Amino acid sequence: MPDAIAMSGVSYHFGEQVALSDVDLRVGEGECFGLLGPNGAGKTTAIRLLNTLLPLQDGDIQLFGLDVRRQAMAVRRRLGYVPQQLSIEGALTGRENVAWFARLFDVPRRDRRGRVDEVLEMVDLSDAADRLAATYSGGMVRRLELAQALVNRPALLVLDEPTVGLDPRARDSVWARVQDMQQQYGMTVLLTTHYMEEADELCDRIALMHRGTVRAAGTPQELKDGLGAGSSLEGVFRHYTGDSLTDTKGGLRDVRATRRLG
Amino acid sequence: MSAPPAAWADTAPRGAVLLTSRIATFCLVELQRMRHDRSELVTRAIQPILWLVIFGKTFSRIKAIPTGQVPYLDYLAPGVIAQSALFIAIFYGIQIIWERDAGVLTKLLVTPTPRVALVAGKAFAAGIRAVTQAVVVLVVAALLGVGLTWNPLRLLAVVVVVVLGAAFFSCLSVTIAGVVLKRDRLMGIGQAVTMPLFFASNALYPVSIMPGWLRVISHANPLTYEVSALRALLLGLPTNLWLDFGVLTGSVVVGICAASALLGRLSR
Repeated sequence: MPDAIAMSGVSYHFGEQVALSDVDLRVGEGECFGLLGPNGAGKTTAIRLLNTLLPLQDGDIQLFGLDVRRQAMAVRRRLGYVPQQLSIEGALTGRENVAWFARLFDVPRRDRRGRVDEVLEMVDLSDAADRLAATYSGGMVRRLELAQALVNRPALLVLDEPTVGLDPRARDSVWARVQDMQQQYGMTVLLTTHYMEEADELCDRIALMHRGTVRAAGTPQELKDGLGAGSSLEGVFRHYTGDSLTDTKGGLRDVRATRRLG
Repeated sequence: MSAPPAAWADTAPRGAVLLTSRIATFCLVELQRMRHDRSELVTRAIQPILWLVIFGKTFSRIKAIPTGQVPYLDYLAPGVIAQSALFIAIFYGIQIIWERDAGVLTKLLVTPTPRVALVAGKAFAAGIRAVTQAVVVLVVAALLGVGLTWNPLRLLAVVVVVVLGAAFFSCLSVTIAGVVLKRDRLMGIGQAVTMPLFFASNALYPVSIMPGWLRVISHANPLTYEVSALRALLLGLPTNLWLDFGVLTGSVVVGICAASALLGRLSR
């Protein structure tokens, strides 16, 4: 059985700025895998390459044995994606937002209504489903995005910092749903986060990224044990990078923002 | 709940079926948006009504524009329909930049929707919105006594013309968005190109009274063919409908290709 994600020798650069450098990564089916690193580590670039948003420059990426270069549509059919930004169509109701994505993923008409109801219930939005999404709180928007991402029953759910900007209660709520869904669907989850405690609790394995490279990978326990008894993931990260995970200076997020402003 | 991967994923539609499905989806979403915000329909109706009631009535009185046996108000009404569609469509690029900034475009691009289908879907959604505006103008024109056809087949053809016109101008707007990448720049360019497109067409006056250089531009302007087709269908004025439909269809195809090619710039 092929890996859910197989990245080998992947490099990417925005002009002169190297975003990823010779990254190898393998994620097994059914795993919850965390990409950790500060802003500019290359997490989002890695995600945008594997979900076909960016064209691959160097290396190979396969999802479930499918080549992202040549089989982009087949890859997308297997993906559910929640980007960093809270991004829903506020002029539509919650139900319409989810039904929109059900249509875009070609969920068969006979299954569509049931599937939309099912995922809305799963993220606990059934009662608010017929309200305009513009009236939702940040936590509700994130849960609605999860519903959109799950309506096609993806084989791989990609979550790019899904809890950024949410209060602790909303964060807990989002992660509880993700865990429930992973157990129910048995799908693979790839997530990025700044929050070490979240990664420690949720992820089967973790890759620590820094300045476009993978510095260490393993289970949270393996990584901590490798550093010595009583170590934390934050300590592991500092050990491999000499940097703090919460360091937010510079980085590719700033590069992208600058490119848009230019 | 059964486990993924879903068995139907690889038997999903392709080609023309996929394109039609995506266009239908984006049109439906546009209708849903309009249903939730009906005030826009009213506010957008103000300008065309002013054109008909003030400009149309005034120029009908002074008879400054030679329109043959056709009253000027009647002559103007199809031009105002085309103008309304143009004004709606030309700002669709702003919507796509907003969707880019809000992260919605990123999510759309990760769905199994080819860029051509995404742009075509948005283009025809603009057409749907323009048709609602055209209905308002037609009703107002009828109330002002404009002698329009009520032949259902001709009205159906009017819908097709309005959709094609709006689809082209929305693609033009998305293409410009793909070049300038920023909302405020597009606002400026949108305003800068809208009025020249309008004045360099036969919306307000016949091409025959234009100076030579403007006549050349008007023949390269798809809005001219849209207005000619609308006048022929609504008022029975002579035109080459095959040419009009051909130019509009060709413009939409070129517009979709150009906008799709530049969509990647917006998503990076």
